[in-house]
Amino acid sequence: MEFLAFLTRRVLWSVLVLFGLSIVIFTIARIVPGDPARMALGPRASADQVAALQQTLGLDRPMWEQYGLFLTGLSQGDLGRSLLTAQSVNVDIARTFPATFELVLCTILLAFILGVPLGVAAARWKDRWPDNLVRALAIFSAVTPTFFLALLLQILAGYVLNILPTTGRLPASMSFNADVTGLLLIDSLIRGRLDVFGEAIRHLILPVIALGAATMGQIARITRASMIDVSRQDYIEAARAFGVPDRLRMFKYMLRPAFVPPLTITGLEFASLIGNAFVVELIFSWPGMASYGIRAITQKDLNAIMGVVMVSGAFFVLVNLLIDVLVGVVDPRVRIRGKRA
Amino acid sequence: MSALLSVERLSVSFTTYGRRTQVLHDVSLNVPEGAQIALVGESGSGKSVTMKTIMGILPIPPAKIEGGRILFEGRDLLTMPERDRLRLRGTAMSMVFQDPMSSLNPVFTIQDQLGTILKYADRRLGRDRDRRGRYARILEVLGQVRMRDPERVARSFPIMLSGGMRQRILIAMALLSEPRLLIADEPGTALDVTTQAQILKLLKDLVTENRLALLMITHNLGVVRETCGYTYVMNKGRIVEHGQTQSIFDAPREEYTRSLIAAVPRLTGRDA
Repeated sequence: MEFLAFLTRRVLWSVLVLFGLSIVIFTIARIVPGDPARMALGPRASADQVAALQQTLGLDRPMWEQYGLFLTGLSQGDLGRSLLTAQSVNVDIARTFPATFELVLCTILLAFILGVPLGVAAARWKDRWPDNLVRALAIFSAVTPTFFLALLLQILAGYVLNILPTTGRLPASMSFNADVTGLLLIDSLIRGRLDVFGEAIRHLILPVIALGAATMGQIARITRASMIDVSRQDYIEAARAFGVPDRLRMFKYMLRPAFVPPLTITGLEFASLIGNAFVVELIFSWPGMASYGIRAITQKDLNAIMGVVMVSGAFFVLVNLLIDVLVGVVDPRVRIRGKRA
Repeated sequence: MSALLSVERLSVSFTTYGRRTQVLHDVSLNVPEGAQIALVGESGSGKSVTMKTIMGILPIPPAKIEGGRILFEGRDLLTMPERDRLRLRGTAMSMVFQDPMSSLNPVFTIQDQLGTILKYADRRLGRDRDRRGRYARILEVLGQVRMRDPERVARSFPIMLSGGMRQRILIAMALLSEPRLLIADEPGTALDVTTQAQILKLLKDLVTENRLALLMITHNLGVVRETCGYTYVMNKGRIVEHGQTQSIFDAPREEYTRSLIAAVPRLTGRDA
């Protein structure tokens, strides 16, 4: 029951966050100079044509009214029409989002699955070689810009060693229509196409490494610090004094209380991950939301900008909601008091 | 009275950043079977290091045992095989931890934590007890420490319990495997005085009921007077004075002991 109240509270907060985000982005997109109607029609269009388009788009109305129209659309799940593709933004995003989703999801899962054990190993062998290795890895991955790592991986694995594909989600020769979830890894399995599954994985490797290295390093670093912090707690010494075996102490008594900071940081890292995904998608010609979003921004395609931002925002909020729930599952203090003691 | 625990000329040093500091100098003390002994000293006097060395939870390195013996039931803990040592730890000799707020793992239920300790204690001692048997024992021990609703307490997370209740759980934890020696590290100092008094009373009752030997480690001489018959006074890593508690109070030989006694708060309003 407490948990349900906790969840409701978090969901309401999420809605509020998205509402705030929509106001900020809506305002910024309209404050920056440049007339969307003029940009869409090109320099040779007449002033009358531009004025006519402005009217159809509602750009001649006061800003609050425009926002009202946007909200009305949003509440019905309609993100409006894109100026550039002349299609509904919903359709455009439905076409591009799954690729981004698959990339980001694989990255975050891998970063977490590798980062946590690395952090645990570093804490277990503190100041010995595993620790030094993990710390060096974390620092290097944190200071290497994503675009640089992406290019480096392309050159090394793609051209020099020539072992992995460097562009796209699938080879051009392969035709596969991901029409169930849009996620290649899942749809290929549903359709029983193991060849597609294998190729999808091969294509994911480089972008995922480029995108996830920094996040993995960060998660490893936080896990290490958290494990070391917990290892100094009285309850760990108590477990030792009562003869609880080393391994159990490490993986049960320490890891569980130490698990919350890595979880939280994963949620926060998610924001920068979405941002970096745009860079990685451009470099690896990943058919995701990035190229669509960047074109929308440079062309002031207002509805498309709002659409991309709102979907990214909702994605971020959802992941953090999920993480809050997980934190509650891991740490009873959060469930019982609604906050950490 | 035969000595259950006897520490003989124990010396321990710590090396940090290449610098060696000796923290225990030839510490000797005796805990006879069923006796209640106090080890008194201020913070940094070496009480906790003594206790951790006895329990075998001293981090080595940085710590190093320079010399001495710790005899438990006649066997030297420092030279016996690790296996045998583990068999004693938390079973024949166990410890009541000091801080009820930080000595229980916040993310597991009481039942889970006590159960795990009991499970591994059973395994070390070759005792055969299933899950249900362990649960029964946990409830029994929770009852012993005067918990009114052991089932509910067992299901609780530490955060759901008061400081006094958590301290009683720490005592229950120490009693799980029917120890013969109980080492108590300033029990209750983290609690308010009323609760602390109840905890000390409970501890004293339990020790008498179960005929346990108690080594009480504290900086508070007021506590010692209530609970222990014999007292060791420790300062700067050395035992500076020892004797019957009453005679130490009546005629302390050392200046240091006098200052410790003077530090005990009185209820009479004016210093005697």
